[in-house]
Amino acid sequence: MLIRMQVNGEWREADVWPGSSLLHVLREELGLPGSKNACEEGECGSCSVWLDDDLVCSCLVLAAQVHERRVRTVEGLASGEDLHPVQRAFVETGAVQCGFCTPGLVVAVTDLLERDPTADELTVREALSGNLCRCTGYAKIFDAVRLAAERRRQGVW
Amino acid sequence: MSMRVGERVRGGVGESARRVDGVPKVKGAFAYGSDLRHEDMLWGATLRSPHPHARIRSIGIAGAVASPGVHAVLTADDVPGKRTYGLEFADQPVMAWDRVRYVGEPVAIVAAETPELGRRALERIDVEYEVLPPVTDMEEALRPEAPRLHEWGNVLRHVTIVHGDPDAEAEVWVEGYYETGMQDQAPLGPEAGLAIPAEDGGVDLVVSTQWLHVDRQQIAPCLNLPEEKVRISLAGVGGAFGSREDLHMQIHSCMLALHTGRPVKMSYGRPESFLAHVHRHPSRIWMRTGAARDGRLVNVRARILIDGGAFASSSTAVIGNATTFAAGPYEVPNALLEGTAVYTNNPPCGAMRGFGAPQVCFAYEGQMDRLATALGVDPLELRLRNALGTGSVLPTGQVLRGSAPVREVIERCAAIPLPPAPEPAAMRDPITFPGGAGNVGRGEGLRRGVGFALGFKNIAYSEGFDDFHEARVTLSADAEGPLAVVHSAGVECGQGLSTVLAQVARTELGIERVVLHVADTQLDSAGSTSASRQTFMGGGAVQLACAAVRDELVRRAGARLGRSGAVTASLEDGRVLVDGEPFAMEDLLDQPIAVERTFHHRRTTPLDERGQGDVHVMFAFAAQRAVVEVDEELGLVRVVQIASALDVGRAINPQAVEGQSEGGTAQGLGLAVMEELQVRDGVIANPTFTDYLIPTTLDMPSVVTEIVEVPEPDVPYGAKGVGEGATIVTTAAVVAAIRDATGRLMNRAPVRPDDIVGIRGPATTEGWAPSPEVPGPEPVPKHFGVDVVQSSLREKEP
Repeated sequence: MLIRMQVNGEWREADVWPGSSLLHVLREELGLPGSKNACEEGECGSCSVWLDDDLVCSCLVLAAQVHERRVRTVEGLASGEDLHPVQRAFVETGAVQCGFCTPGLVVAVTDLLERDPTADELTVREALSGNLCRCTGYAKIFDAVRLAAERRRQGVW
Repeated sequence: MSMRVGERVRGGVGESARRVDGVPKVKGAFAYGSDLRHEDMLWGATLRSPHPHARIRSIGIAGAVASPGVHAVLTADDVPGKRTYGLEFADQPVMAWDRVRYVGEPVAIVAAETPELGRRALERIDVEYEVLPPVTDMEEALRPEAPRLHEWGNVLRHVTIVHGDPDAEAEVWVEGYYETGMQDQAPLGPEAGLAIPAEDGGVDLVVSTQWLHVDRQQIAPCLNLPEEKVRISLAGVGGAFGSREDLHMQIHSCMLALHTGRPVKMSYGRPESFLAHVHRHPSRIWMRTGAARDGRLVNVRARILIDGGAFASSSTAVIGNATTFAAGPYEVPNALLEGTAVYTNNPPCGAMRGFGAPQVCFAYEGQMDRLATALGVDPLELRLRNALGTGSVLPTGQVLRGSAPVREVIERCAAIPLPPAPEPAAMRDPITFPGGAGNVGRGEGLRRGVGFALGFKNIAYSEGFDDFHEARVTLSADAEGPLAVVHSAGVECGQGLSTVLAQVARTELGIERVVLHVADTQLDSAGSTSASRQTFMGGGAVQLACAAVRDELVRRAGARLGRSGAVTASLEDGRVLVDGEPFAMEDLLDQPIAVERTFHHRRTTPLDERGQGDVHVMFAFAAQRAVVEVDEELGLVRVVQIASALDVGRAINPQAVEGQSEGGTAQGLGLAVMEELQVRDGVIANPTFTDYLIPTTLDMPSVVTEIVEVPEPDVPYGAKGVGEGATIVTTAAVVAAIRDATGRLMNRAPVRPDDIVGIRGPATTEGWAPSPEVPGPEPVPKHFGVDVVQSSLREKEP
């Protein structure tokens, strides 16, 4: 079936098998492999994207549901060599190890801080509890959230 | 020719330099195995055994061959060369023929135009099995009447270490029995790679792995190709923790690519990933610990049994490690330590962070706490009184030559402030109760407990293994100035090896611009990224290569000055000073300088008949204190704080060391309270992230890390490895804290809610496992002529 969606501001079309997930279409049909497939059942958050303005696990969204809707992925956060402030904070704090969970976490953290740059630690922990990381033990990720939040409160972004 | 190097370069050794791969990773632009694409590529898929033990009567592939979009359906009969492979011994079929020995063993593979068409084709393969009685219990595997899983029986290796007088009497004895469950590495990035057939009849493989050359040594004979026709380069690795040491899709994808003449990608989903890599060995450990009244250890007797599952993997090395560490990081004058790895029809087990050390740490630290209680002494004081130090003799007779700041790690850990007392339950957000959102109470029955554990582990490969690392450093100049390219087959799997190698090159060459060449088999082996070894092995190779590059710079500068003999030289801010004459580095680089060097660690020896030998290269020590809160009514646990002190020799990158401490702690915490593959009759019942739980942001406590730096002599910068220390001790520390909170025995990890509530009693045993008769301390398959793999990777003339 033919679906049409706006991905990172650009209208794209894809001819997909009706059973395809949004994640599959992004990765395999639209050349956007930044969203990762690590569990394919909505447990790990590695495939986090925005559907319209909602944070979703793209592995749990049927591509067909996205017809005529907006999707924003990790690739849409900053272009070229630029880094989004959340991405920069991840690099600076050592929040990246193997990096497989990172795109999903960057998206989830951006979603949280866009809504609530004053989130306290417990709110942050709860908001990110659907994003699994196997390398870092999360401590440096919390550092990245604090740093990016501070910069948002200072109006850097 | 010696040369002084100025230390004023940014991003060098000792700094928390930014990761060299950080930017592409945060942008989603870093290509992992599962991100690889090739125009014209096919997708591979694997049919796996549903039975733990069965005879294969027939395999019918006609239906699959006729299935739409299918380009190849291959079975064991299609393997071009040797039909078995293995990390240590080639006992594992590329695809099963005649017999399957575990659930998940590959039986057939297909190449199809899409993953979905591949899956449909698999459903159309008819395999007729005759189900055989499985061996699914490690003690049962030792019984004479148990089905024999291999020609050479069910014992993979039995190690006996006799130290001093094992019959020595002690004034106080404590005896305990301990069990640990099967843990999974659960890296976020599942197994994946892409095989591309080449015009010379060979194959180019891009794959997520931990050791390119040991892969190639196993792959090439199975494909019936010379090694030089199997060219491997590294795809991005989404975490490893041991799970990438064994082959997964490598041979299968190469076979399909060579058969179809098309590139073939294989990319496992999560349930298949759980079936397709080895796990941490479940263990059963019996231990008697004897001490004098003053607390000095007198005698330790240990019997360790680990379940290797269906094939050897690295079980023989794991049991060697576990047995040599069984008395703990303590001076023990007398000991009898016995360890056995057995085959069963359970999923194969092999390398996972800690490699045999976490299991025995759980046991020997449980014993130390019992002994402290029996003697009425403080548990930390007991450990300090018996702590190893430089010059101590280990049960293997090995004299501990290097740095051993055991007292320091204990004391630095203990000095970390405890967390504040909890607020009254009514004041707390219920999400902070043990079990978080799953806690249906109001904070009744919460109790805190504190536990402590000390542990240690070897760095690098042991028992005579020369796991060398080769690196090439190329120094050239362009419009922006000098540039160094560091090339090695060493695998970056997330821990930060690439960054460490860049830091070493910056420090050694005095320049900031350093880039990493992708790891591949153009160079010789770098050894495995495991055993906490790459920082010092890879760092050593790059350091040697950089020294040779500097020598060449000085030679060139000397030649410009018309000198060929001794000169004084230094390197600073990209300038070479020779006999006081300054040269811009780029002016000496009309031709690039490229140097390859190989680093070897000091030689070790195998274990002899009595388990004696200089078996380990060096040791790293770790101590942790865990504070937990337990809900005794609901059986739930929250870890409140982990205080961690790690002996690292020297921190090349302090931020990365903290990352290893925090991440390693998470995995140890997982084994303490939540992570266990539930294997019933050989079947993994929970092969998903819904059912196999790993710690989340709500499970992880604050981890406070003290980095203890006492340089190891004779290694580059005095740096030891840091990848495993935390993981080894966290499980023991957290369970000790749960014991403290509940007063229960808790002799099994992970601790389950039933254990806390008291529905289930402690793990029990009918007695110490019998010792099997074996031809010697070497792995049993060796005596039966099963090919020893890694042969050309074990030795290289310096």
